[in-house]
Amino acid sequence: MIRVEGLTKDYGSRRAINALTFEAQQGEVLGFLGPNGAGKTTTMRILTGYMPATSGTATVAGYDVMDESLEVRRRVGYLPETVPLYTDMTVFDYLKFMANLRHLPDPDDRVDETLELVGLLDRAEGYIGKLSKGMRQRVGLAQALLHRPEVLILDEPTIGLDPGQVVEVRNLIRDVGRERTVLLSTHILSEAQQICDRVLIINKGEIVAEDTPGNLQLGLEGAARLLLRIKGDTAPLLEKLGKLDGIQSAKPGAALGEIELQLATKEEMRPEIARAVVSGGFDLLELRQVGMSLEDIFLQLTRDNSANGKSKE
Amino acid sequence: MRNIWTIASREYKHYFISPIAYVVAFMFLATVGIIFALTILNANQSALYYPSAPDASSVTGPMAFLLLLASPALTMRLLADEQRMGTMELLLTAPLRDWELVLGKWLGAFLFIASLAGASLIFPLILNFLIDPGIDKGILFAGYLGVLLVAASMLGLGVGISAMFSNQVAAFFVSLVIFVVMWWLIGVPASLLPNGGEVFRYLDMASHFYETMIRGVITLADIVYYLSLTALGLFTGTIAVEIRRWR
Ligand SMILES: Nc1ncnc2c1ncn2[C@@H]1O[C@H](COP(=O)(O)OP(=O)(O)OP(=O)(O)O)[C@@H](O)[C@H]1O
Ligand SMILES: [Mg+2]
Repeated sequence: MIRVEGLTKDYGSRRAINALTFEAQQGEVLGFLGPNGAGKTTTMRILTGYMPATSGTATVAGYDVMDESLEVRRRVGYLPETVPLYTDMTVFDYLKFMANLRHLPDPDDRVDETLELVGLLDRAEGYIGKLSKGMRQRVGLAQALLHRPEVLILDEPTIGLDPGQVVEVRNLIRDVGRERTVLLSTHILSEAQQICDRVLIINKGEIVAEDTPGNLQLGLEGAARLLLRIKGDTAPLLEKLGKLDGIQSAKPGAALGEIELQLATKEEMRPEIARAVVSGGFDLLELRQVGMSLEDIFLQLTRDNSANGKSKE
Repeated sequence: MRNIWTIASREYKHYFISPIAYVVAFMFLATVGIIFALTILNANQSALYYPSAPDASSVTGPMAFLLLLASPALTMRLLADEQRMGTMELLLTAPLRDWELVLGKWLGAFLFIASLAGASLIFPLILNFLIDPGIDKGILFAGYLGVLLVAASMLGLGVGISAMFSNQVAAFFVSLVIFVVMWWLIGVPASLLPNGGEVFRYLDMASHFYETMIRGVITLADIVYYLSLTALGLFTGTIAVEIRRWR
């Protein structure tokens, strides 16, 4: 449904994406993960026909994004990152305007159905300018879903939503993704794990890893990360733990009394660490395994590309 | 066609919630009304000296001139504001050709001006009652055709300029300067140059209206002139939108 080959985009002399190649099948939710400036938005803008690529090809729903842009745009629903909306229109009028641009039959009914889907039916007559950020996000999502597109491209769809809405929107995306193709970008790894069938990690315009979320974690979690909390000063314990075998690094955590441990192995080390803490005379409050953050994955992928290179391609 | 209409009708409706459009409408109709009233009073007093009765040109003349200010005020935000608000991304990823977008924007503004022109018909109508045999219908028709053509060309150029900016104030002033040049200043080299002045005379926006249509004379040359300017503006706008994509 989405096929990208050697896609490259230069902004002036700055290369935003470099020879990206990937595919997304029908009935698949593909997650686009990457830090700020990785090129996620750029790629999506090319796929939605907003701007042309410098080189390479991309087809969406069987049409070339450059040569048959209009056909592509008919079949794609797009939620831009900035969620652009006409703030001086009512929600209903805005969506009806978009429905008319898409030549939908019975635009009124379609708008109502879609508003129901995103839970905004009661705000239909309200002005967009008066909505909260999360509600605007949902209006943008409604706009993308209006024509029940074959391909849905969502640039950070859950940003700014309250936890309840995040769950609802994720469920919605998963539902849509059962029959259609969804490409979404996010910074949140757990989100990708929950809703994506496959994840593509992109850094500085290049794909550094591509796999299912499960495989990616297996491959990457060569080592576990632990969070330790004690009562009192952590400095002496930090020193002690740093010397322990199997601990790659020990550094102070975000809160008082917290220590973050990066292990060098996959093996269970918690009992050993707990003993070390207690025997050192510290009061152990908490010791738990924490999932890898996106940042860690990036650190790993960039630090040790050869070891994890197997998940590439 | 349908896309053009979708864009145009949104733009047309938007004018009715826009303060600037109300200012434009008020300025337009009030000024024309005042000038019209003065003309009638004047004609009453000087009827002895000037046997000819006032005609529709006392309405269409000021109207064409007022377009100089009204057009940039109506076109400035059309595409510049889409760029500023980021909604351009929405329009450029909707199944809509770039020229349909530009043409639709222009049509919305044109329909608004046409509505104002329609409302101003009340003045010639009054005049028609006041004068015994009624007013000259030929002058009325040609004058209004002229006003619409002047409006079409100015709005076309205005939309084209709006497409180049993301700041509507900049779009306003650039349009205004261009219109002032083409309406007044271009006549200067036309009268000064010994030869080659013809080109400037042809480009003069005012002469194509004030020398012919306001007096009831319709020529193909004038119509072609204004329509060419309109097309030039819309073409420029389309190119500007396309260039935006490449940046
Ligand atoms: N319009 C533009 N003009 C010039 N450079 C741009 C433009 N848009 C993006 N870039 C550059 O291209 C690179 C990729 O940007 P992009 O917006 O695609 O990143 P992203 O992955 O979406 O980041 P984020 O997570 O912050 O949204 C960045 O270095 C950015 O500075
Ligand atoms: Mg982005």
